[in-house]
Amino acid sequence: MKNILRNPLALSGTIIITVILILAIFAPLIAPYDPNFIDIESILVSPSSFHLMGTDGLGRDVFSRMLFGARISLLVGFVAVGIATAIGIILGSIAGFYRGWIDSIIMRLVDIMLSIPSFFLILAVIAFLTPSIWNIMIVIGLTSWMGVTRLVRAEFFSLRQREFVLAAQTMGASDIKIILKHLLPNSLTPIIVSSVLGIASAVLVESGLSFLGLGVQAPTASWGNILTDGKEYIQFAWWLSLFPGLAILFTVLGYNLLGEGLRDLMDPKNNN
Amino acid sequence: MFPMLIGISLISFFIMHLAPGDVTSSESSFNPKASEESRQKLRELYNLDKPVIVQYGLWLKRIIKLDFGNSFSSHQRPVLWEEKDKNGNITKGLIQESLPITLLINLLGIFIIFSISIVLGTFAAIRQNTWVDRSITLFVFIGFAIPGFWLALLLMYWTGVANQWLPISGLHSPGYLSLDAFSQFIDLLKHLILPVFVSCLSGLAGISLYVRNGMLEVLHQDFITTARSKGVGEKKVVFVHALKNAVLPLITIIGLSIPGLIGGSVIAESIFAIPGMGKLFYDSVLMRDFPVIMGILTIGSVLTLFGNLLADLGYAWADPRVRKGIIR
Repeated sequence: MKNILRNPLALSGTIIITVILILAIFAPLIAPYDPNFIDIESILVSPSSFHLMGTDGLGRDVFSRMLFGARISLLVGFVAVGIATAIGIILGSIAGFYRGWIDSIIMRLVDIMLSIPSFFLILAVIAFLTPSIWNIMIVIGLTSWMGVTRLVRAEFFSLRQREFVLAAQTMGASDIKIILKHLLPNSLTPIIVSSVLGIASAVLVESGLSFLGLGVQAPTASWGNILTDGKEYIQFAWWLSLFPGLAILFTVLGYNLLGEGLRDLMDPKNNN
Repeated sequence: MFPMLIGISLISFFIMHLAPGDVTSSESSFNPKASEESRQKLRELYNLDKPVIVQYGLWLKRIIKLDFGNSFSSHQRPVLWEEKDKNGNITKGLIQESLPITLLINLLGIFIIFSISIVLGTFAAIRQNTWVDRSITLFVFIGFAIPGFWLALLLMYWTGVANQWLPISGLHSPGYLSLDAFSQFIDLLKHLILPVFVSCLSGLAGISLYVRNGMLEVLHQDFITTARSKGVGEKKVVFVHALKNAVLPLITIIGLSIPGLIGGSVIAESIFAIPGMGKLFYDSVLMRDFPVIMGILTIGSVLTLFGNLLADLGYAWADPRVRKGIIR
């Protein structure tokens, strides 16, 4: 923890993420208006002290919608990465611990999933299901577990022959106990780094899907679908396009900075 | 390669079975344009009355013959390749028409990514921890984080709406056919600037960082010290001795980035209204045009496999150690 403060990348990432998290968690308290309240008296009003970020084509307050959109983006990011990490840990542990034919099958599956353009795969699945926030989280999770699987497998490969693992095995510890108590805790750092970076890309994918109209559906606010409106009114209402884009940019930047910072901190080469 | 193809076909096939109930019924409820006739055709095409395994086998048999069927919408055009009807009229395939455009944009993108990121990465490495290095790193982080569709919107507004420097949609201006060959080329180029820029920015950022780190690693190796102590000039050390070794792994990286580039073309092409494979895919998703979705999914993955194979061959060709079988 002390180290995070000393690494400029990790520190700036942490600050950005904390600010966005606070805004998202306390959105109902901070938001000056109801995010879905339609006010036909004030359509496309430019930013002022009444509407910090202006209003949209239906007269809804953009600042309030942005705050609630932050909740959606972060929720999708966390849950999708949670799913991906869980699958990755399970498959990677099996492959790395048991090796042999089961390892070849899992690795083939990873190769196959990596060769299907993932944005195509996500869109294809959404085409067959109905777009909803839960389906999006599941789909993003199910299409992004390959990196973690490879990581966990590689860590297990190098840890498997170490003496403490052999000792545990000699003392009769069960496979599951060795995996959970000895191998996983020692592979935690790269998993954390890749999850943090994963949140960044999940946020990007969700906003892209919502922008295309295949993600979070109206009237629920998400940064991506505010931008869809922004495209509509780009000639008269710059604020509709500017703010959600900046929000996505900073969120993704924050997680990337934290991820890269943690990677630096945990790299033993940098500790001397 | 072969088991991979089977695996890809399995995944593409079973995605279709995610649809609740009969594909044709979900088709009819979502796409009122689908007639009873085309639904019947679809049932026959995928043999939906037979067991799933049999359906898969029959579908695979069609795919091997490169028969991806016909689109539900778009006047039931063939999905992959042109068809001749009884009167000898040729109908072009949807993928046949759109794939070259997507390939053109992505190949231009890869070329630009390659040439600029090598320069940026090298300069960041030889000026490590100076303002040059810091600003390149800043560019890398922003390039990673900027959502492509937002950048596209801003650029569209700035260069197309506010200033009218560049065309913001399609591939050709109206009246394109009456221009001479050179003006046609310039016109196409102008239409390509924004989409190519948007689709390669994040790749540019990533690979610049990769070149920088690779270069730094190579510059600390013994053979560089040897070259320097032999009195080889610094320019020659960096641009001849080090650069070759730092750039070599890029061939593999480019191969690995193909699925991302192809997938990314959905957003760039739909925003700039470019009739490529990405836009075709997006439109098909909105229309739930299953044969086209399955076709593009399969073709896109085969292209990725092909790209990876090319990258492996390219690596073997570029690295004499691999070429002569010293390392594998």
